[in-house]
Amino acid sequence: MSAAPETSTRCAIEMRGVSIGSMRDLSTIVVEDVNWAVAPGDFWVISGLQGSGKSDFLMLTGGMMAPVSGIYCFFGEEMPIFEEHRLADRLRLGFVFESGQLFNHLTVSENVSLPLRYHKNLSREDAEPELNQLLELTELGPWADSTPGAMARNWQRRVGLARALMLRPDVLLLDNPLAGLDLRHRGWWLNLLEQLSRGHPWMNGRPTTLVVTTNDLRLWRGGARQFAMLKNKRFLVLGHWGQVEAASDELVRELRASTLQQDQ
Amino acid sequence: MIKFSFDLARSENYVASVQKGNASTFDSPRVRFVMRMPMPPFFANYVGRKLFRFLLTIQGLGAFALITLGVIITKIGVARRVIRPLISREISRAGVRLLPMFLFLATVLGLLIIGQTVSWASKFGATHTVTEHLGDIFVIVVVRELGPLIAAVLVLARIGTANVVELGTARAMGEVEALEALGIDPVHYLVVPRVIGMAVGIFALTVYLIIAALASGYLWAFLQNVPLRPGDYFGQLAAALNGLDFVLLALKTMLFGFIIAIVTCYHGLAQPLQLEEVSYATVRAVAQSVIACVLIDALFIIIYLAT
Repeated sequence: MSAAPETSTRCAIEMRGVSIGSMRDLSTIVVEDVNWAVAPGDFWVISGLQGSGKSDFLMLTGGMMAPVSGIYCFFGEEMPIFEEHRLADRLRLGFVFESGQLFNHLTVSENVSLPLRYHKNLSREDAEPELNQLLELTELGPWADSTPGAMARNWQRRVGLARALMLRPDVLLLDNPLAGLDLRHRGWWLNLLEQLSRGHPWMNGRPTTLVVTTNDLRLWRGGARQFAMLKNKRFLVLGHWGQVEAASDELVRELRASTLQQDQ
Repeated sequence: MIKFSFDLARSENYVASVQKGNASTFDSPRVRFVMRMPMPPFFANYVGRKLFRFLLTIQGLGAFALITLGVIITKIGVARRVIRPLISREISRAGVRLLPMFLFLATVLGLLIIGQTVSWASKFGATHTVTEHLGDIFVIVVVRELGPLIAAVLVLARIGTANVVELGTARAMGEVEALEALGIDPVHYLVVPRVIGMAVGIFALTVYLIIAALASGYLWAFLQNVPLRPGDYFGQLAAALNGLDFVLLALKTMLFGFIIAIVTCYHGLAQPLQLEEVSYATVRAVAQSVIACVLIDALFIIIYLAT
């Protein structure tokens, strides 16, 4: 759908010396001096304890707040892309919130189709074919006419994912997507994210750049994923899973050998 | 210091402006400091702080109104198939669905005015004079004053409060951030339909309220044996009304709707609320809306008397 120049060798996300303020109060710095480069198609897992600034980090990456200092470029363009005429750039980013952040007064199908209808100026009927395709992909068909309040959390999360996928973004940011899900749903998410990373038919086979946050590294082991960690206001790149396993840092060990032994 | 950016060409997104303390004047660290600063308990300090807070509210509301107007103008054709149904829904909510209540109220209003006037006049044996000026009384009381104000206050009570609660909850639950993340302007999606719906709704309801009150007034007069023929009554009404009445009525009611929607949406949206703060925001919004409406009403009386 969105015609992204795939030949570009530019970084999808590039941060140089970025300091991040808290979403609640910009004057409180939660992460300092981030230097990070994400190539198109990368799959990054950002780990950290609760309150380490993962969500703020992701909010900044999603362009919802400006860096306190430093430079953040998104496909070579400096962020934040607030200006109206840069909306097209902005829509190359999809964001899945930790608690869904669904529109509670809208039904599931209205929630999911809203971005498409708003940006393409479509009536409900015009948006239907794409909507149904996506509902089928996310197995949300039976819930189409319920409101988010009537659904279990597992399914609410999927609505958030479907809504973010609606505009077929090049980069998908997911805030702690696996937290609080049961095993079956967790497997489904990991499988879908892996497919998206490789190139899902919904994305026309184009690999999606993924950034997820987590407080449990073990869930994300394996695959061609790259890992990073937020610790003491610092952003530390850990590398591949092998390097994560070899790391002697106490916090990495803590995040890796979590209490979820029985899930594995 | 507290600053505003009205530069529409470079309109930054809403969440960002809230963070910089532009849209939410109360939330900038400097203001917060001033508001919580320990002060000697002198009356002057108390008054000063109240005044300061009042000015900040005016500033915030003014900025919010201008931002909304800017969005209405610049995004007039954007996402019409999404925004139009929302506007219709708001018109139905702040207008059509309140019509039965308004018709009932108009009937009672007609009774009150006629009942009071006739009983007062008969005390002095002035029934004849009243009969000759019934049209004037109705135009002054219902068309110029009570009609618009009652309509505004009722719509505020029914729909304005719902606006604050809905938007305040949406803000507290992070729905505004979600709109931003999807590239949807929250002012365009949440505020513009409410502003238009309420302006149109209050205008239309006032017109129906006035027509029904005038009709019921005659009905009650007839039942109380006031010797007045329908033709004479409507003749009196037509003579008492002038062109300016219609223009001012339309302007006033639209402005009521606009102001109520702006004040209620501002209190719901502009400040990053916690869920428990929504009820306080509702109380503040209602008080400020009523004050704003009465002030506008006074302004219109001055305009009317001046012309």
